[in-house]
Order: sequence, then C-alpha cells, then structure tokens
Amino acid sequence: MSAALAFQGVDVSYRAGGEDRRVLRDLNLSIAPGEAYGLVGESGCGKSTAAFAAVRYLARNGRVSRGQILIDGQDVATLSARELRHLRSHKVAMVYQDPSRALNPSLRIGRQMAEVFEVSEGLTGRPALERAQDMLARVQIASPERVMSAYPHELSGGMQQRVVIAMALSINPALLILDEPTTALDATVEAEIVALIAELRREFSTALLFISHNLNLIARTCERVGVLYAGELVEQGATEAVIREPRHPYTAGLLRSIPRPGLRKATARLETIPGFPPRTGAEVTGCIFADRCPIATDRCRAEAPPMADLGGRLSRCHYPDQAMQIAPRPSGEREGPTQWEGEGAASEASLSSSHYPAESPPHPPATPSPSPRRGEGSKPLLKVENLSKVFLGDGKSLHAVNDISIDLHTGETLGIVGESGSGKSTLARLIVGLIPPTEGAISLDDEQLAAKATQRLSSQLNKLQMIFQNPGAALNRSQTIRRIVGRSVKEDRLRALAHDVRLADTVLNQKPRQLSGGMQQRVAIARAFAGEPQIVICDEPTSALDVSVQAAILNLLADLQEQRGVSYLFISHDLNVVHYLADRIAVLYLGRLVEIGPTEAIFSGPRHPYTEALLSAADPNRARLKGDPPSATNPPSGCVFQTRCPRKLGRICEEREPELIDAGSGHAIRCHIPAGDL
Amino acid sequence: MWLYVGTMPVSGAILKFLLKRAALSLVTLWLLSLLIFAAGQLLPGDVGRAVLGPLADARAVAAFNHSIGADRPVPAQYWDWIGRFATGDMGTSYVFRSSVGPFVGDALGNSLKLAALAFVIVLPLGIAGGVIAALNAGRWGDRSIVILGQTLGVVPEFISGIVLILVFGVWLRWLPMSADWPDGAGPLTQLRYLILPSLPLAVSFFGYIARVVRVGTVEALDADYTRTAVLKGLPWLTVLRRHVLRNALLPTITVAASLVGYLAGGLVVVETLFHYRGIGSLVYDAAKAKDFPMLEAGVLTVGALFAAASLIADLMNALLNPRLRPR
Amino acid sequence: MKRSPTLIAGLAILGVWIVAALLGRHLTPQDPYADDLLHTLTPPSAAHWFGTDQLGRDVFSRVIVGARDILIVTPLATLLGVVAGTILGLFTGYLRGAFDAVAGRIIEAMQAVPLVIVALLALAAVGTSNLTVILVIGLVFMPLIARTVRTAVLAEADLDYVAAAQLRGDGPLRIMFAEILPNVLPLVLVEATVRFGYAIFFVASLSFLGFGIQPPSPDWGLAVAENYSLIGSYWWVVMFDVLATASLVLGVNLTADGLQTVFER
Repeated sequence: MSAALAFQGVDVSYRAGGEDRRVLRDLNLSIAPGEAYGLVGESGCGKSTAAFAAVRYLARNGRVSRGQILIDGQDVATLSARELRHLRSHKVAMVYQDPSRALNPSLRIGRQMAEVFEVSEGLTGRPALERAQDMLARVQIASPERVMSAYPHELSGGMQQRVVIAMALSINPALLILDEPTTALDATVEAEIVALIAELRREFSTALLFISHNLNLIARTCERVGVLYAGELVEQGATEAVIREPRHPYTAGLLRSIPRPGLRKATARLETIPGFPPRTGAEVTGCIFADRCPIATDRCRAEAPPMADLGGRLSRCHYPDQAMQIAPRPSGEREGPTQWEGEGAASEASLSSSHYPAESPPHPPATPSPSPRRGEGSKPLLKVENLSKVFLGDGKSLHAVNDISIDLHTGETLGIVGESGSGKSTLARLIVGLIPPTEGAISLDDEQLAAKATQRLSSQLNKLQMIFQNPGAALNRSQTIRRIVGRSVKEDRLRALAHDVRLADTVLNQKPRQLSGGMQQRVAIARAFAGEPQIVICDEPTSALDVSVQAAILNLLADLQEQRGVSYLFISHDLNVVHYLADRIAVLYLGRLVEIGPTEAIFSGPRHPYTEALLSAADPNRARLKGDPPSATNPPSGCVFQTRCPRKLGRICEEREPELIDAGSGHAIRCHIPAGDL
Repeated sequence: MWLYVGTMPVSGAILKFLLKRAALSLVTLWLLSLLIFAAGQLLPGDVGRAVLGPLADARAVAAFNHSIGADRPVPAQYWDWIGRFATGDMGTSYVFRSSVGPFVGDALGNSLKLAALAFVIVLPLGIAGGVIAALNAGRWGDRSIVILGQTLGVVPEFISGIVLILVFGVWLRWLPMSADWPDGAGPLTQLRYLILPSLPLAVSFFGYIARVVRVGTVEALDADYTRTAVLKGLPWLTVLRRHVLRNALLPTITVAASLVGYLAGGLVVVETLFHYRGIGSLVYDAAKAKDFPMLEAGVLTVGALFAAASLIADLMNALLNPRLRPR
Repeated sequence: MKRSPTLIAGLAILGVWIVAALLGRHLTPQDPYADDLLHTLTPPSAAHWFGTDQLGRDVFSRVIVGARDILIVTPLATLLGVVAGTILGLFTGYLRGAFDAVAGRIIEAMQAVPLVIVALLALAAVGTSNLTVILVIGLVFMPLIARTVRTAVLAEADLDYVAAAQLRGDGPLRIMFAEILPNVLPLVLVEATVRFGYAIFFVASLSFLGFGIQPPSPDWGLAVAENYSLIGSYWWVVMFDVLATASLVLGVNLTADGLQTVFER
C-alpha cells in the first residue's frame, strides 16, 4: 500500500528579485495511510510551503525545483488539470490557519458545504444539503440546521473552524493537511478543536499532516514528528521520543525555550537559541544550524551532515548523541547564564560589527530573588479602583472592562490572564490613559491620575510606560531607532539603554524594518525604560514572536526587573508564560475579574472553574469547556461564566453574580462554590 | 451571535438603515443648497447689473433687483428660495423670465437618455477590462489595461469627443456630428444621434470602473476563501464565477453610483460640444448668463440625482452583501 | 530605485512641454499672435507646419506657446489642493470628533456635485482669471485629497507607535506632523501626481467652456473652443491642440504610474 503522502528529495524555490531562493531543501518524508505526522518549526522555516507544494498550490513565483511529491502513490506534478481536481476533490483536503478567511463571506455555510458533494459525488440540491448538514453534526455542531443558513461572519472562530474541518472531511480524504489550525483561536477553543481532530481522525482513519509551531499540540495529536529548520528536516522520530530525548541541537534548544509548568523567574532562566536562522534562500555550506549551535565544530561548518538513521529515528547532525547534553534540565535550581543567551549574540555581532556586549550581564547569584516587597503593611504603588469601560456603538453597548479593582506593589509582577474578549488589553490601555474609563479611578504613588495620558504630567507618564503586542506597529517605521528610543535622551544614556536591552550600537542608526521581530521588541523595551519607569505594562509582548525569541525577551524583562526594581503588569493568554514571570495572577473573563491571587496559590488550587479550564486546556485528560465565549455586548445573567461552567450549581449561578471571596493569603475567587470545594 | 436571519427583521432593519441614509442625504443636500446659495451671494456688484449689463439704466437695475427680491436681507432670501424649492417651485429664470421647472425637467430627461447609453456601453467593458487585468495581474496585459484606463480617465471629454467626431463624423461619415436630431425622430434615430456623444463619457469612465473591478478581483483571487474553493477541486470557471467575482464585483455597485455624479460633470462638456439640450448644457448656459435661479436649480438637481443614486447603491449593497447587512 | 520605463517616458513627454512653456516665444518660428489675413485657414505646409487659423496665425507657434498658461495654473492649483487637503486630512483623521463629523458632511455635500459644476458655479460667482481658477481648483481638490489622507491617517492612528508617542507626552500637533505625516507622505506624493493629471483635465475643460484660461492666450482648450465649429473642413485648427492636450495628459499619467510603482517597490 502506498504512502498517503511522500516527499522524495523535494526542493521548493521562490523566484524573488531575479534569483531563485530555496525555501525547502531535500525534503524526505513519508506518511503512512492513517498515520498522524506533525511538522514543527518556527516562522519562515517552510512548513506551510511544504503543505501547499503537496496540493500543488504554490504562489505563482514558487515551484518544486527538484524531487517528487506523491499523494496516495500519484506524482502530484504530473497530473493534468482534471486529474489534479480529482485529487483535490477525492483524496486530499486541507484546514487552514485563519478560518474566518477560509470561508466565502457572501455565501451561506450550507451552500459552501454542499459544493463539496457537488464535485466529489455529483450531488446537487437537496441531497447535497442533507449530506452537508449530517457532516456538520459529525463535527459536534449542536444546531447544524442553523449553521447551514448562517453566513461565516455570523459564527465564532471555533465554529468556523469546525465548518472548515467538516468540509475537509466530507470527502473522506486519504490525507488531511492541517496548517496551524488553532493558532487563531483561544486556548479553551483550541483544546476543543484539537480533541475533535483527534477523535475524527480515528473515525475517518485519514492520514494527517499536522503543521504547527507548537510542539505541545503536536504531541497531543501525532505519532511521529518532523522538525523543520530553515527549509531542512533536521530531525524526525516518534513524537514522544523526540520530545523526551531530542537528537538534534535545534530540537533541544526549541524544547528548552518553552516556558514549562513549574519554571519560575526566581529559580531558572529560560534557554534561548542565539543568532538568527539563515536568510530565506541563503545557501549555506556545512550544517545549516552550525552558526547557532552550541556544540558545533569545524567539521559542522565545513561539511553538511547527512540524515543519520538512529534506528527508527533520524537526525541531521554529526553528533546526534551530544544533543541530549543540552536537553531540558529538571527545573528547580536556578541556573547561571549559559551560552544559550539572548536572541542574536553571534550573528548580530557579524551583522553589525563592534560594540556588542560579548556576554550578557551575569545574572545575580542564586540568592532567592528579592521576593516582591509586598505585605500587609506596604502601600501599593498603583491602585486601580472600580475601573469600568463601556464602548458604545451601533445602538449596542459593550462592557469591555467591568468594575475591576487591582493594585500593584513595587518590584512586583502582576500577571493578567484571559482569552480574547476578556478585556485584558482594554484594561492596559485604560491604566496608561490611552482610552478614558467610563468609571473608576487610577492612582500612582497616591496621586490620582488624569483619565487621559495627554492630561497627565510628564513625570507621571515617565513612571508608567507600556510595551505593545506587535513591535512592528509600535515603532514608527519612518524613524531611526535612535529617535524612537529617545528624542530627549543623551547619547551616552542611549548607548547604555541599548546595551541593557542587548542591542548593538549600530542598530541605533537603523530603521525598524531592518530588524527582526525580537530586536524590534527590544527597541520597544528600551523606549519604555528610557524615562526610568516604575511600572511597565506589557501587553502580550511575546505573542507575535517565535518561542526561542520569546524566551530571550522574557529573560530580558526578568533581568531588567531585578536590576531596577520595576513593577510589571504582564498581560498574556499563555498561562505558562505568566507562571514563569508573575508573582500574582489575575484572571479575567468577559470584562470581570474572576480570580486573583499569588501565583503558587492559583497553581496549587483551589481555583475558579474558568482558571481550571484554562490550566487544563493543554491536558487532554481533563474536562473541556463546551461552547464559545458569549458576546460581551450581551453577557450572561448572574455569573458571567455560567453558560460554559462545568461546575454550574444551578439557578443561583444564573440569577446572582458571586462576590469575590477571599480564600486566604490574598487569594480571592468569584464563585458560589466555597473555596474548600473548588 | 446572530444565527437567525429571519426575513421580517432583516427587511425592517434595512428599512431603518435606508431611512437613516435618506435623512443623511437630506442633510447633505441642505448643506449643498447653502453652498450654492453662498456662491450666488458672491456675485460681484448686484444681480441686476450683472444680468442687465453695464449699459442698463440704474432705475431698471433697481427695479429688476426689487422684482427678484435681491434687495431683501440674505437669510430671508435663502429661506424664501429653499422653502419654495422644497414645494417644487424652482424659481424664475432671470434670462427667460419664466419658471425654471420645465427647463430642468426637459433637460433632465434628455441627459438621462445620454447617461443611460453611456452606462450601457461602459459597464460591461469596464468590468471585462478589470477582470482580464486582474487575471493577468502584474503582466503585460494588466499594465496596458491599467495605464490605458488611467490615461483615458484624465483625457478631457472635449478632446476625446473631437477625435471621435473627426474619425466617425468627418472622415468615415458613419455617425452624425451633433446630437441635434431632427424633430419627430424615432427612438432608433435618436439612438444613432446619441452614440457619438455617449462615447466620450464611456471612454473617461472605462478606466475608473476597470480599476475598481481589478482591485476587487485581485483581492478575491488572493483570498483564502478562493484557495479553499480551488482546493475543493472545483472547476476554475466555477471558482471564478461563484467565489471570486461574487465578492469582487460588489464594490462596483457603489462605484457605478458615484459615477452618476461625475457623469453630470462630463455632460456639461459633452452636451456643449454636441449641441445637446441636457442638464449639463443648462447649467453651463445659466453660468454663462449668470442666471442664478436656473444655475442653482440645475446644480441642486444634479446633487439630488447623486443622492438618489447613492441611496440605491446602499440598498443594493445591503441586499447583496451579507457582511454589510444591518442587523 | 527601481527603473520604470513608464516613469522615463512620462518625464520625457512632460519635459518637452515644460521646455515649451519656459522658452515659449524663443522656440516658435513665427509670432503666435500675428494675424495674416491673406493666409487664413491654410493647411499644413513647409511655411506653416500645422497650418494657419481663421486669422492666419501660425498654429504650430500657438501650440508651443499654448503650453505656458496651463502649466502655470495646474501645478499651483494642485499644490494648493495637496497642501490644504493634507492638513485637513491629518486634522480630521487624527482628531476625529465633532470637527471631523462637520468637515465630513461639508466634504460630502461638495462631492454630491461634479467638480466641473462646482467650479462653474464658483467661477460664475467670483469671475474668471488665472488666479481664481487656481483657487477654485485647489479648493475643490482639497476635500478629495483630505479624504484620501484621512483614511490613511485613521489607519496610522490605530498603530501603537502613535500610542507610544502619546505615552511619551507628545502633543497632537507633534504626533500629526512628526510621527504620522512622514508615513503618509509617499501616499500624498502619489496622490499629488494623480491630482495633477486631473487638474489638467479640469483646466482644459474649463478653458474649453470659457471659464478657464482667458483670451488672448493661445491656450489649447481655448483654441479648440474657438475653432471646433470649423472641424468639418479645417481639421488642423483643432487637431494639433487636441493632440497637445492628450500628450500632456499622457505624460502626467505615465509619470504618476511610474512613481506609484517606484514607491510600492
């Protein structure tokens, strides 16, 4: 029986600026019928290109320049237009990254679903629509007949992705390609979709090519995994074995840079991968990873390693046995700085000549880090009282932030966790004064702050700064870094700042476009620290970055906090990131504060059912949340979480909103269930 | 979530939406009337002198001014004018000394014939040009259509009109050189006389329509939903018709409506060039003679036409584009 | 910078007419204003390359000198419209609020009527001269340019670099002109070249209608208006002015298109 999908020595190149750039090099992989194969890699590694090459849908300037791609034994390149259509309508289907764009906005769902049966089985009219509706039911959509008559924009993201999955499985394909199918979705919705995929794949016994940047997701769905780096498959093997015992330094580095449960800034640094991947399409002699590899030798730089067969698994490394040395260490003890320091040490120096700090400032010794100077007696630095924001528009009102009170002490990090629509970003913008609150007060150092930033004193503005989610948009593209970081800052101070965020001096004269995402975020951090802030609000500062870059940014933030005693309000959707950095955590749901407390207390429990769901989202064995988050324009009565709560008591939850009840030592939970039973 | 889109609530919502748009259009027209009236007040010297000429007797000028009410306070004049306008009385022409209404009515009818023909010619050509350009995006065919369309769009209508007259009227003698058809001519003869005048209008709008269609089509071709459709294995023509063009052509509605406004600008030149009695030549003659009641009525009529076209476009958009459909 | 054949061709055509406008009388073989009633309406010949008009004036000389007025009026009108429109667009787009709403309604009212008609109305009221034509065209262009700039400014204002500038304590003027303007400038430049094309369109049309450049200028639109009734027998009295106008429009357009490609990169 032939493989569901086979790449045989495939090169894919794009033609840009008059030259061919190889984005996939000598790709060999084979997926057996019914097998689930995960392809993991960071942005730009070529994983999506592999998917589109497989279905022969490369951009016009792209082509398979070498090798063969076989689907169910058929060479995709040799198919006629008709045969290609037949392949797409019978054997291979695809699920895409952003479901809101994958569906035609001006056709009803039913029509788009029925179309699949038109091409695959020649059905039209009623029978096609009936089949479509059955298929929607099979992806666990509660009311398929309603969804059939809806337009895509009337559905939530999770629902849209179910529709796309239903569409893909309608042809009972031999191969299903999933290209980052949950990246655009919230964690609890992602958990549902991943579980659905796992179930359906057994039901349909289809082979899976699951593409993701997230190793954890692949671990939950796939038997085998391939790791792609700069267009090359560097490692492949059984998922569990690769994660437990990586045999390529890149895989090892990738695994180490993910904040794991239990890792805290006080005890451990995150590992990072230095330098940058080679420029897209650059031709490298020797090992493609050698520049960034801590165990690279002269041999690695001179001679490209072949794919070594290590008995059931493969590694493209001369020294596959040494990769384990840099595998994740058990957490607990705080580690000194390793050579895995900071995105950008090695190649940044070559990119920018001199002045680069050869080594990062040594991390202070393993004294227990100054625990937040917070206690019963100390006064909070920032006090947010009863803050609310209502957005009006189209005759509807949206309660984005609803009566939230929090405070922040000197040197402390308060993590704010929530999914999209929880109001966490609005809260950040309210505090810094980018939008005025509808109600409530904010005071800094006992001084009441004006509602709008434009009305605040410049000393107040300096004390309270912000780092934004998307560094590309947060830096003015027409200005040099020097100007962005500080118009009024003196040159030597500017250099010191650049040094503190590990940027070379030469970067100061560049424009944002010339920097990588991670370096752009460092610039934004330098700007926030230019006025000696007491509080920095970080709004998802790493969610637009790759994991290895994220680790370096998190390390940097931790370092700066230790050196300067600054407080952070750290907003994130990723609990592991917050767990690493935060001393206390606040959980928001639909504009309400549902839980707040010290990080340990929240992770050890008891906790709010919603927090519980967030924590268990990554754990396939725990209960999943049903349904989608309700609309903030029409929030549920009583407890905001009651429509999705797995532990709903009954009418009391629908009728009365619970108070924020103290569960001891500054830990408070907004739930009718007594803390002891949670 | 709005899963249910029943028939009744939607039509109710659309009605409400349209009423809101109509109210906004009225505000726009009112502002326009203010602007027009203000322009009339800018006339140097007094109206009677401007109309009767420098040699006229001072008493005659004063009498004229009194007869048209130009010696009253400005706000009173405005309210008087706009009040009568709202009840259908468009005022009295300075030049013809008779009611403006019938002139505007006849002219409007003539112009609509010309405009309709221009639209019938240019709409299919523009759409085809835009789609063809988009399908060849970045290649030679695309560039030529884009540059040709852009250039034709800024060639003044009297320039293209004269070239057309020279070629088809003077040298080939296929078509009459003016739109002045003989009395009692049937619809087909009228059509023959209107072809040449409608072509300069069509020429100047071709690029505009083609560009909007091209942008929409390129966007739809690149869209993820088109990729979904292709990877379903649908035949290419089905993808193009059902997924690409369906979304790409929606903006064309709004564009066509806004063209109704621009069209009237072209009419001024074309109707003058081809001796055709339409709203354009009416506005032009009134401006030349400083016949402000006629001018104001003509301009406000053009504004009302544009407002009506926008309203129709809004309605069609609301009906055809589910994303814009008010809830 | 990417080489663009359309840009080169456009600049070449434009260059020819700019030279004609600058040197004018120094280039013409004959006096463009001199009547010669013995040789009226003579067809093109070696003595008169483009023939003569009703008064026996040399058409070739008149076409050369005719470039001057339109190339004075249109760039100034465009400049006025672009500068005023950019400022209005920055203010309405960044400050929004009531000012934006009021300005938006007035702009919409002006756009309810085609520009030629607005210009006719205004010029009928204030009288026609090169200066009033510049002012009127500049003013009717202003809202169109403001609308384009406003859309771009709205998008820019949503980007977080503007938020960061606010958190640094920058005032609205500084944010509009130092932060946002440099980022919308390429768009403004492209818009300016496109508008320049339309300015030629309008000035030529207005001159043809008698509301633009005034006699005794040998302006092309004016010449066409004076002579087009003769088109049946004496094509040369209008044809060369028509071709001159068309070539100028083409030159401006190719330049605009070329600049656009260069900026897009």
